[in-house]
Amino acid sequence: MSLMLVFALVFVIGAVAFFIGRQRAAAHDNGKVKPHSRAHYHGWWAFLLATLPALLLLAIWSIGSSVYLNSHINGQLPAQTAESAIASRTLAASLTKSLANGLRKLEPEAANNLPATFTELQPMLAARGVALAPDTQDYMIPIAVDANRTQDTMQLIGGVLVLALAVAGAVFGLSKIKVRARARNNVERLILWGLLGASTIAILTTVGIVLSMLFQSINFFERVPFFSFFFGTVWDPRFAAAGAGESAGQFGLIPLLAGTLYIALVAMLVAVPVGLMSAVYMAEYASPKVRAVVKPALELLAGIPTIVYGIFALVTLGPFLRDLSAALAGGTSFIQAQSILTAGLVMGVMLIPVVSSLSDDIITAVPRAMRDGSLGLGATRSETIRKVILPAALPGIVGAILLTASRAIGETMIVVLAAGVAANLTLNPFEAMTTITVKIVNQLTGDLEFNSPQTLVAFALGITLFFLTLIMNIFALYIVRKYREQYE
Amino acid sequence: MTDISMDTVAGAVPRPRRDIGLKRRYAAERRFRIYGMLAISVGLIFLAIMLFSIVSKGYTAFWQTTVSLPINFDEKILDPDNKRATDPSVLISANYPKLAENALVAKLGINPDDKVTIRKLKGFLSDGARTQLRDVVAADPSVIGTTRNVDILAAANLDSAFKGQIDLNVDEARRKVSDQQVIWMKQLTTDGSMAERFNTGLFTFGASSRPETSGMGVAIIGSFYMMVIVLLLALPIGVAASIYLEEFAKKGRLTDLIEVNINNLAAVPSIVFGLLGLSVFINFLGLPRSAAFVGGLVLTLMTLPTIIIATRAALAAVPPSIRSAALGLGASKMQMVFQHILPLAAPGILTGTIIGLARALGETAPLLLIGMVAFVANYPTTPFEPATALPVQIYMWANEAERAFVERMSGAIIILLIFLMAMNITAIVLRRRFERRW
Repeated sequence: MSLMLVFALVFVIGAVAFFIGRQRAAAHDNGKVKPHSRAHYHGWWAFLLATLPALLLLAIWSIGSSVYLNSHINGQLPAQTAESAIASRTLAASLTKSLANGLRKLEPEAANNLPATFTELQPMLAARGVALAPDTQDYMIPIAVDANRTQDTMQLIGGVLVLALAVAGAVFGLSKIKVRARARNNVERLILWGLLGASTIAILTTVGIVLSMLFQSINFFERVPFFSFFFGTVWDPRFAAAGAGESAGQFGLIPLLAGTLYIALVAMLVAVPVGLMSAVYMAEYASPKVRAVVKPALELLAGIPTIVYGIFALVTLGPFLRDLSAALAGGTSFIQAQSILTAGLVMGVMLIPVVSSLSDDIITAVPRAMRDGSLGLGATRSETIRKVILPAALPGIVGAILLTASRAIGETMIVVLAAGVAANLTLNPFEAMTTITVKIVNQLTGDLEFNSPQTLVAFALGITLFFLTLIMNIFALYIVRKYREQYE
Repeated sequence: MTDISMDTVAGAVPRPRRDIGLKRRYAAERRFRIYGMLAISVGLIFLAIMLFSIVSKGYTAFWQTTVSLPINFDEKILDPDNKRATDPSVLISANYPKLAENALVAKLGINPDDKVTIRKLKGFLSDGARTQLRDVVAADPSVIGTTRNVDILAAANLDSAFKGQIDLNVDEARRKVSDQQVIWMKQLTTDGSMAERFNTGLFTFGASSRPETSGMGVAIIGSFYMMVIVLLLALPIGVAASIYLEEFAKKGRLTDLIEVNINNLAAVPSIVFGLLGLSVFINFLGLPRSAAFVGGLVLTLMTLPTIIIATRAALAAVPPSIRSAALGLGASKMQMVFQHILPLAAPGILTGTIIGLARALGETAPLLLIGMVAFVANYPTTPFEPATALPVQIYMWANEAERAFVERMSGAIIILLIFLMAMNITAIVLRRRFERRW
């Protein structure tokens, strides 16, 4: 019995329980005793009793049976595979598994008299659109057949058990229907647990992020010393050729960190003055008409995906700056097409709406009385803004700037396309530098081997990035929150 | 200020005014205002330049040059040994390019025996002619032995030349279209068989190494799958979490922890979610690489904070009087939430969801890490098969060297921006339409 069929049948049983339950509860309501819950709550309670335990069992059974099947296959693999390296043993197991999956695609007749060798079997499978690794061995065929048979039995037993549990749940639920039964409270309690469960997903995600990166990073630091990662000044990971053993690459974080911070700095130099001034103008000067046009336009700027900015930098701005510098210097261009300046400029523009919308909220939150007081004492509007409003809003603005800076540090697509891949250490903004995010993408696209430091370093970079932004975010949120309390 | 000075001139004894630097201060005021306007124009001008540069590079991608040729589906070329009744694979591997070449030779009036001239035709028609003609035969085998007009795609370089994107004044050796080909192109243009037609292939083709036969069909489907998954997962989970936090949660450690987590997740760099997806979904749970399903899960986790924050704001905006009224009439708290608060908050929730979806649609970085940078030529039939996504397709085209790919890439950006703009405008309209002031 396939998983989907069992799943569907459980729901059918649940639906039947719902309808019977609702009808029974309605029949109980004879007008003499006031029923505790309305009829459909009884139906829902019966539905939940029928489905939830059954689905839980289904989940446990399918996980359990796949674990059992794995050990079953492993146990049958011949001894010589067991003696060789563990990697080839797991490989043999996975080959057997994909062979077993492939055999399921065959016609029943062909499956009943299988050839004994893989060379004969392969064309039959290929005809059904199943491509298998050529190093599949002959001895795997009987194991695969046996695995399929075991799997079928396990599924049949599991399916019967699950369906029996569903029916039992439904019968139990239906038997509990009485006029004063508290069906609504039962249903609502379950819903509440569901709501709580949904809200813990945020915690689970954070835990997942931290744990997954931590494990891989620990793996990485077993191969590369902690100190030479965080304080190394050379980034040269050198991809090892397959099977050539581990070549010692150098994984120095410093050039990447420097590039990340430098590009973020250039971006902030563009975004903060421009964004802040736009926010001030929009909040204090702009007429409602101008606001109605400009605000959506700035929101549009914020809604453009970062890949589009990156491509603009790569295709238009980068070559333009290069040609411009060539024209200025008379021939040789001193700005490279991929440079800190290009990436920083474009990222800065991307961040303008972020700064402006965050600081807009903060500026408008400054109480009216402070404005009126300053204007009433004869200050001009700009003096009021510079000497009263901005100082009052300063903590909030600092928070906004920190949040923006964490966006700049974690930004990926713009720098992947516009900043270059060479890990230089330079102060010249016209040259290319690379960032942490670029290197994460570089190390993880293409073929992956989860046991080489070249792949694992991406997780060490990722956890560095995560904690860098985490500290900035928490600090920013703390400042913003503390500031808000002052006026409310 | 001019008024004042006129006034003082008219008066008998000019009274000296105390200098309080008014002039200077007003000038500073004006400057400040101008800075503000400059700041806003910087953003808007950049937006305009960027949109202009993309549209001017990309609008030509919606047209593709094709050559309308009377193709003679010659039995001698397709099936020389007349075996197709017994062995259908003959028709799959037949020499279709030869058919197109023969038709072109006849059309241009070249002597069929002039091998030297015919060799110059190489690179005139797209290599996609093979699949194009094969599909014609596969759809209707009775076409063999007859002649039929087929619009064959021109090769990418010819397409660029036809659209005027290749400077024909450059020395012949340094451009990709030969003089002879330009002459033929003009000949075909004047008799009307070579023309630009709407480029449906841009929307239907999968990945290809040739620009003229590559399209974003697979990417559109992949993005569609992912959006459906995000909607099905993130909306219910996000709304449930918000209801709990806003309506039921008691102040306490757990609630605080959840809130801090949500706020922080909203600001975590998107690439970190990609690392999570790679290490948990693919490496640990063994889900397939490059699959839209994994992409959808990663984007769901990324979108959840956005939806939760928007939903909580919408729930909080429903006034307490509604709650009191519902409870006062004997509703349970759960009934109050699901039958009264939630319907009233629905427009706000919907707006937040659409904005979250729009952000997920444009997201690229995490998808690169879970292997969606893949050469996928065939449509994925389920979300578990390899697929790409719209922004990832754009990224892949950006890494191609050929000029014609830049055109396709800009065209794809236009389409992506149209999708995003439609979503954002829907969100704004919804907000305007259903926004209530209590």
